[in-house]
Amino acid sequence: MSDRTVRDRTAIVGVGRTPYWRRGQSAPRTRLELACQAILAAVDDAGLGVSDIDGFALYSGGGGFDPGMAAQVLGIPEIRFTAGLTGGGGGAAGAVGLAAAAITAGMADVVVSLMVLQQPSGGRFGSAFANKPGQYSAPPTPEKDFLGPSGLVGPGQMFAILMQRHMHQYGTTREHLAEVAISTRTNALGRPQALMRAPMTLDDYFAARMIADPFCLFDFCLECDGAVAVVTTTAERARDLRHPPAYVRASAHGGSGDWGTAITWMGMPEEIFASSGHRPVARDLWERAGLGPSDVDVALLYDHFTGLVLLQLEDYGFCPIGEAGPFVADGNIRHAGGSIPVNTHGGNLSEAYIIGFSHVMEAVEQLRGTATNQVPGAEVALVTGGPAPIPVSGLVLTK
Amino acid sequence: MTRALTPPQSLVGLHPDAWTEPFWVAAADHRLTCPRCAACATMRMPPSPFCPRCRSQNIEWVDLSGRGTVWSFTIARHALIPELADCLPYVVAVVDLEGAPGVRLVANVIDTEVEDVHVGMPLEVVWEDIEGTPVSVYRFRPVG
Repeated sequence: MSDRTVRDRTAIVGVGRTPYWRRGQSAPRTRLELACQAILAAVDDAGLGVSDIDGFALYSGGGGFDPGMAAQVLGIPEIRFTAGLTGGGGGAAGAVGLAAAAITAGMADVVVSLMVLQQPSGGRFGSAFANKPGQYSAPPTPEKDFLGPSGLVGPGQMFAILMQRHMHQYGTTREHLAEVAISTRTNALGRPQALMRAPMTLDDYFAARMIADPFCLFDFCLECDGAVAVVTTTAERARDLRHPPAYVRASAHGGSGDWGTAITWMGMPEEIFASSGHRPVARDLWERAGLGPSDVDVALLYDHFTGLVLLQLEDYGFCPIGEAGPFVADGNIRHAGGSIPVNTHGGNLSEAYIIGFSHVMEAVEQLRGTATNQVPGAEVALVTGGPAPIPVSGLVLTK
Repeated sequence: MTRALTPPQSLVGLHPDAWTEPFWVAAADHRLTCPRCAACATMRMPPSPFCPRCRSQNIEWVDLSGRGTVWSFTIARHALIPELADCLPYVVAVVDLEGAPGVRLVANVIDTEVEDVHVGMPLEVVWEDIEGTPVSVYRFRPVG
């Protein structure tokens, strides 16, 4: 094994969160307040204090979170590392890899990664690519001029186009999408923090209104407010703290050049168009971890849309390319009896959408053995961020 | 059967740079064009400052036939922004362009029932002039 590795040198030692709210319901709490509450909860969970924090490793612009402001407000004595992955939700898993890299390189000792999300009325991720001014609309660009007139304004519509192609190439059906929605909802039923706790039947799924074919309402994730934070430190220090460490076994992020900006481009080659964009990241992740999909006990797959869970199952090698539909139809991703339980916390679809960071928290709880829907004896957890434009990311945590 | 509608012209906004401007100038003339690398003949879209295959910055503008096929699509049935409320449903397709291998455009398919849209559907470009401006945008309709 090369010494250029983070393998087992760091661990997540603390996890914390705020309550989860429906979009816009966290007011009058402020974004800064939510972020700091999650940070305080995470360091407390670790048995550490605010004064131990010396770094931040973020993604998706930190959700508008500023480490300098947090240091000032929380009275953190000194900051030694602040960085973030570029892009959006694709960096969720990779943010922890970034923390591990910083700690392994000796640039910081106790690094917080987090996501805080507060969506005011008038600004919605669901229309993030609208060619119009808005809180979550990026500024107009020459490239967006080619999308704007078509009314392709939201990631759900964009990923629907990828999914439609997958259906065409491989015969994937809406029943397969429904299995993801229903199994994820089933996992949320017993979780007080989950926002969607009513059982979902196949009839419920097919009765839901269509948003962008082939995606209906229940293929879309929630829109939420809230914050989740995790604390990563050295493996040595982790062993003396409150909870069993969740070791960072490996992380990878990026994507192939011809994936590029993906959903805002649509020029990806045929071989990868109907994919999650994760294949190169999965290859690196398994190589760095010295593990493969058959070693994974629980998979926390970024589920902004049901169909993209299918594509990740293929790209991470849980089933062959093109066969994720039948794979989930056989019950493989269910907590009860599945060969690879997926999103045991209810995911972005049914628990809460904190841009995928609740998935990291769930992975840690699974490895501690304290999860609501515990996978017995879970020792290896996979977490992903994205599908998205480059970068997408993956993370393997071990007990 | 449900007719495919067209998103409003208010969504059209051009912010061209030196590389995309020739495309829109030709579009105003109702010509569908695509940049081709003058060094290696690789075509690309949207227009960009380098050839991703050979890094040359020299390009030739090629007039396309305006025909294409549906590579994939979605039928938008929900207004994600208020401006889209009056044009539901509308079809957004990714269109493979004839004469430009590997190049696609994102565009509406109009003059069709939404139920008829399918992968592989043959299309031809139709230009829509934006009122009060010199701008035209491309949409597609079924051939024939």
